[in-house]
Amino acid sequence: MTNSAYRIQGATGEWEVVIGLEVHAQVVSKSKLFSGASATFGAEPNAQVSLVDAAMPGMLPVPNMECIRQAVRTGLAIDAQINAWSRFDRKNYFYADLPQGYQISQLYHPLVGEGHIDISLDDKNPEAAVKRIGIERIHVEQDAGKLMHDQHPTMSYVDLNRSGVALMEIVSRPDMRSPAEAGAYLRKLRAILRYVGSCDGNMEEGSMRADVNVSVRKPGEPFGTRTETKNVNSVRFVMQAIEHEASRQVDVLESGGKVVQETRLFDPDTGTTRSMRSKEDAHDYRYFPDPDLLPLVLEASFIEACRASLPELPDAKRQRYETALGLTPYVAGVLTAEVETARWFEALLAETATKQGKGEEAVAKQAANWLTSELFGALNRLGRSLEDSPVSPAQAAELLALVADGTISGTIAKQVFEKMLETGDGAAAIVEREGLKQESDTGAIEAVVAKVLADNADKVEQYKAGKEALFGFFVGQTMKAMQGKANPQVVNDLLKQALG
Amino acid sequence: MTDLTELGIADIRSGVAAGTFTAVEVAEAFNAAVAAAQPALNAFIVTTPEAALAAARKVDTARAAGQPLGKLAGVPIGMKDLFATKGVQTTAASRILEGFTPEYESTVSQNLWNAGAGMLGKLNLDQFAMGSSNETSAFGNVISPWRRPGDTAPLAPGGSSGGSSAAIAARLCPAATGTDTGGSIRQPAAFTGIAGIKPTYGRCSRWGVVAFASSLDQAGPMARSVQDCAIMLEAMAGFDPKDSTSLNLPVPAWEAGLNPSMAGKKVGIPREYRLDGMDPDVARSWDDGIAWLKDAGAEIVEISLPHTRYALPTYYIIAPAEASSNLARYDGVRYGLRDLPDGAGLQDMYAATRAAGFGPEVKRRIMIGTYVLSAGFYDAYYTQAQKVRTLIARDFELAFQHCDVILAPTAPTAAFALGEKSDDPLAMYLNDVFSVPASLAGLPAMSVPAGLDRQGLPLGLQVIGRAFDEQGVLNAGLALEQRAGFTAKPAKWW
Repeated sequence: MTNSAYRIQGATGEWEVVIGLEVHAQVVSKSKLFSGASATFGAEPNAQVSLVDAAMPGMLPVPNMECIRQAVRTGLAIDAQINAWSRFDRKNYFYADLPQGYQISQLYHPLVGEGHIDISLDDKNPEAAVKRIGIERIHVEQDAGKLMHDQHPTMSYVDLNRSGVALMEIVSRPDMRSPAEAGAYLRKLRAILRYVGSCDGNMEEGSMRADVNVSVRKPGEPFGTRTETKNVNSVRFVMQAIEHEASRQVDVLESGGKVVQETRLFDPDTGTTRSMRSKEDAHDYRYFPDPDLLPLVLEASFIEACRASLPELPDAKRQRYETALGLTPYVAGVLTAEVETARWFEALLAETATKQGKGEEAVAKQAANWLTSELFGALNRLGRSLEDSPVSPAQAAELLALVADGTISGTIAKQVFEKMLETGDGAAAIVEREGLKQESDTGAIEAVVAKVLADNADKVEQYKAGKEALFGFFVGQTMKAMQGKANPQVVNDLLKQALG
Repeated sequence: MTDLTELGIADIRSGVAAGTFTAVEVAEAFNAAVAAAQPALNAFIVTTPEAALAAARKVDTARAAGQPLGKLAGVPIGMKDLFATKGVQTTAASRILEGFTPEYESTVSQNLWNAGAGMLGKLNLDQFAMGSSNETSAFGNVISPWRRPGDTAPLAPGGSSGGSSAAIAARLCPAATGTDTGGSIRQPAAFTGIAGIKPTYGRCSRWGVVAFASSLDQAGPMARSVQDCAIMLEAMAGFDPKDSTSLNLPVPAWEAGLNPSMAGKKVGIPREYRLDGMDPDVARSWDDGIAWLKDAGAEIVEISLPHTRYALPTYYIIAPAEASSNLARYDGVRYGLRDLPDGAGLQDMYAATRAAGFGPEVKRRIMIGTYVLSAGFYDAYYTQAQKVRTLIARDFELAFQHCDVILAPTAPTAAFALGEKSDDPLAMYLNDVFSVPASLAGLPAMSVPAGLDRQGLPLGLQVIGRAFDEQGVLNAGLALEQRAGFTAKPAKWW
C-alpha cells in the first residue's frame, strides 16, 4: 500500500473513507438462470420471455447448471470457498419489472464464500503496491425486467427480456480506503471475470454494475454509518460517487449532523448522489428458502471440472511473463491487464517465435515492446480496439521477423507498419515493393562512410579532438545518405573503424 | 343397458376395450349427468363436453384401428381447476384469474390425456385450494350430493377438492384429479364416501398446477375405488424435469401390485390421534378399521407420534408463508384481473387488483404468511415451524421402524353443513388435524370410505405409508375397502 493514504481534509481534521462494493455481474450463458429462454442482449422487447420468466400460474424454476458452473469458476478464480451445499431464497417485493413478486436469490447459503482479489495501485510496478481486498461471498440470483416509461403518455411498459437472467452478486469486504482503490478493484474484478469468461464485463450494456457502500470515520475509529449508492455503471462513476458521497458525509458530520443509513442514487450528469429511500422506508424482503427448489448440492467432481476449466489468470500470467519471458513488471502488467491483450500478445509471441525459429523467451521482449508501443500507439491514433486491430498477430510477427533478421531496421519497421495499416498488405511485400530492404553490404556502406567523413573533415577533426558527441552526427549523415536502409550496427562498426 | 355413470375407471376401461360400449357413449352419459347436476351441485366452474367427446372419439378410432389403448382409454374425468389446461379457462376458483386461459397444459393433466382420458370440465374448489368446505370459491360453493336423512340443509363436500369429491359421489365423473396440501384430497373424499390418495411429495409434477404451498402441494387421484385410484395415479405420476422437486424414480405398477392381504404387515395406531372428546362415530369407525386390517392378517401395534399436536400450528405457518409469496404474481400486470382506478399508480393498481381479486380466506392467509416471514418474526414463526416440521417427519420415521402403515381417521367428523364453520376459521382449520401431519412429512396417505355415521353420512379411514410406499398404502386401503363393503351412495335429489 502506498504511504500517502487517501484522506479528506475536513474542518475538524482528517477523515478516512471506508468502501465496500457489491458488484452485479451478468453471467455469460445461453439461457436464463431458471428458464430456457435466451439471455442475449438487444432483442425486441419481450422476445425472450418464457412462461417461467413471465411467472405464469403453475410455472416452476429449474436451475441452469451452466450459470452455476460459471459462478463456481468465478469463485475459484478469486480463490474462494465453494459451498458444495447452497440454497436459493426468495426475496419478496412488488414491482412491475418483477413478475414473480419475488427475486430468487441466495441470502442464507450462498454458492461461493470467502475469497479475495489483489489489487495494484502502481501501474509502473504492479508488484510493489499490492493490497488484498476481501470478498465476502458470491451468490447467484435472477435479474429483473425493465420498465419503459417513454412508450405511452400515461402508462409504463414492461420488457421482460432481462427478467430471470443470471447475475452473480460479488460482495466485497469494506476493505477499500480510496476511490482509486475502488477503481483498481473494479478493474481487476472485471479483468478476472473476462479472463474466466463468466461475465463480459460490459458496464455500458449493464452487464456489470456496482452498489457502492461508503462511510467515513476519523482514522482509527470504528466504522461510521454507511450509505449505499445503487447501480453505478462505470468505474469512473463509482470513483466519482465515492468522492462525492464521502465529502458529503464529512460535511454532514462536521456540521453536527448524522449520516442516515439509506439507499442513494448516483447522477452521472452532476457526479453527485441523492437520497432514494431511507432505512425506515426499506423493504422488508421476507427472505425465505424457495420451496420450489431443492438445495443446490455440487459433487466434488463438478467443482474439480470447474477448476480444471479455468484459464491462467492475470496475476499468474503477469508473474510468468516476468520470470519466464523476462518482461519488466510494468510491461507484464500492461499485457495481462485485459484478457484480449494477453491473448493477442500470446498469439503474436507464438507466431514470432515460429517465424524466427527461436524460443518464445528469446523474442518476448521484441514482441512485447512492439505491441505496447507501436501497436497500442497506432490503435490509439485510429481510435480502435485490439479486437478490431487492422493488423493480425501473424502479420505483426512477419514484420518483427524482418527486423530480427536484419532485413529492415527498426526505423524502417515503423514506416512499414504505417504502410501495413494503410494498405492492409504484408510487411515483406511492402519492403519489397518500396525497396526498403536494409543495406548490410559492408562495401557499399564503407563507400558512403568514406564520403561522409571526407565531406565533413572539420567535424572529424573536432571529433578526434575529443568532441565524441559528433559520432551520432556521422551516423545520421550516413543513414541519411543511404535513405535509412543501412544496417545501423554495420554503420556504427564501420564509422568506429574509420574514425580510429 | 347398465347406467354407464355407475361405472368406475376399471369397468369403463375394460368395457371400452371389449367393445361392450364405446368411449363416446361413456362420455355422452357423463356429459349428460354433468349438465343435469350443474345447477344444483355447482361442482364445475366450466364444463367441457366437447373435450370429453373429442377424447372419446380418438379412443374409439384407435380401438377400431386396433391400436393399443392407454391406461385410461375412454375414461372421462373431472379436472380440478387448479391444473392449467391449454385453451380452457383456469381460475383456481378466484376472481383474480377469471377469464385466464393458459397457453400450456399441466404435466399431470397432459399425462392423463396421453393415457386416453378425456376432460368433462374444470372442477370447482376452494379458492387457491385454501379451505376445507369449498365455501371460499369465488364461483359459488359446491353442494355435496349427500344430505342428512330428512333434511335438505346443504352439506359441505369437503375441501379444497370439493368439486372433485361431489362430482364423483354424484356419478358426474368416475374419477377426478385432486390436489392435497394439508388434506385437500383426503378430507373431501371422506366427506363424500369416495377414495383418494395423496402420493409421496414429488410423485406428481407440480408443473402447471397453480401453487398454494409449494413444499406441500401434491396432486393425486380421487375415485370410487382403491383400484381406480391406483390406475389413475399410475397415469398421473412420473418424473418431470420441469419440476425441481419431482422425484426421479420410475412409476411402480401399482395396479398390478394390488394385494389385499395384510399378512406379515404391522399397522400402527397412533395414540396421539385419539383425541379427547372424539366423535364417537369416528372412534367406532376407527375401531372397525383396526378390526378389518387385523382380519386381513395385519398385526396391530400402538405407536406414538409425539409432535402431532404441533402439526396444525406448524402447517398454518408454513403453508400461508409459502402462499403469501406464491400469490404475489397475481398483481394485475401480466394476466388475470386488473383493477386500475382513475389516476392510479402502480401501488394503487396492486392494492385495488388484489383487494378485488382475492377472497377473504386467501387474504387472511396472505396476511398470516406475510406476518410470519416479516423481519423480527421470521425466527419465532417460520424457522421454528420448519424445525417442528422436521420433528414431525422424524416422528413418522421412528414410527415406521415399528409398523408398515398407519391407520387413523381422515377427518374428525363427517361432513358439516355449509355455513356451520365458515365464520370461525379456527374451527375450520381443525378439520385438517388428522391429515396435516402426513402432508408436513411428505408421506403418501389415502382415505377410503369406512361406513356411515349415525346421521347417515360417510366417514373415511386414512392410511399413511412410508415415503415412496404408495403400494403399501393402496394395499391397506384395498383391505379396508373389501371389508367395509361401502356401497352407500347419495340419493339423487338434484
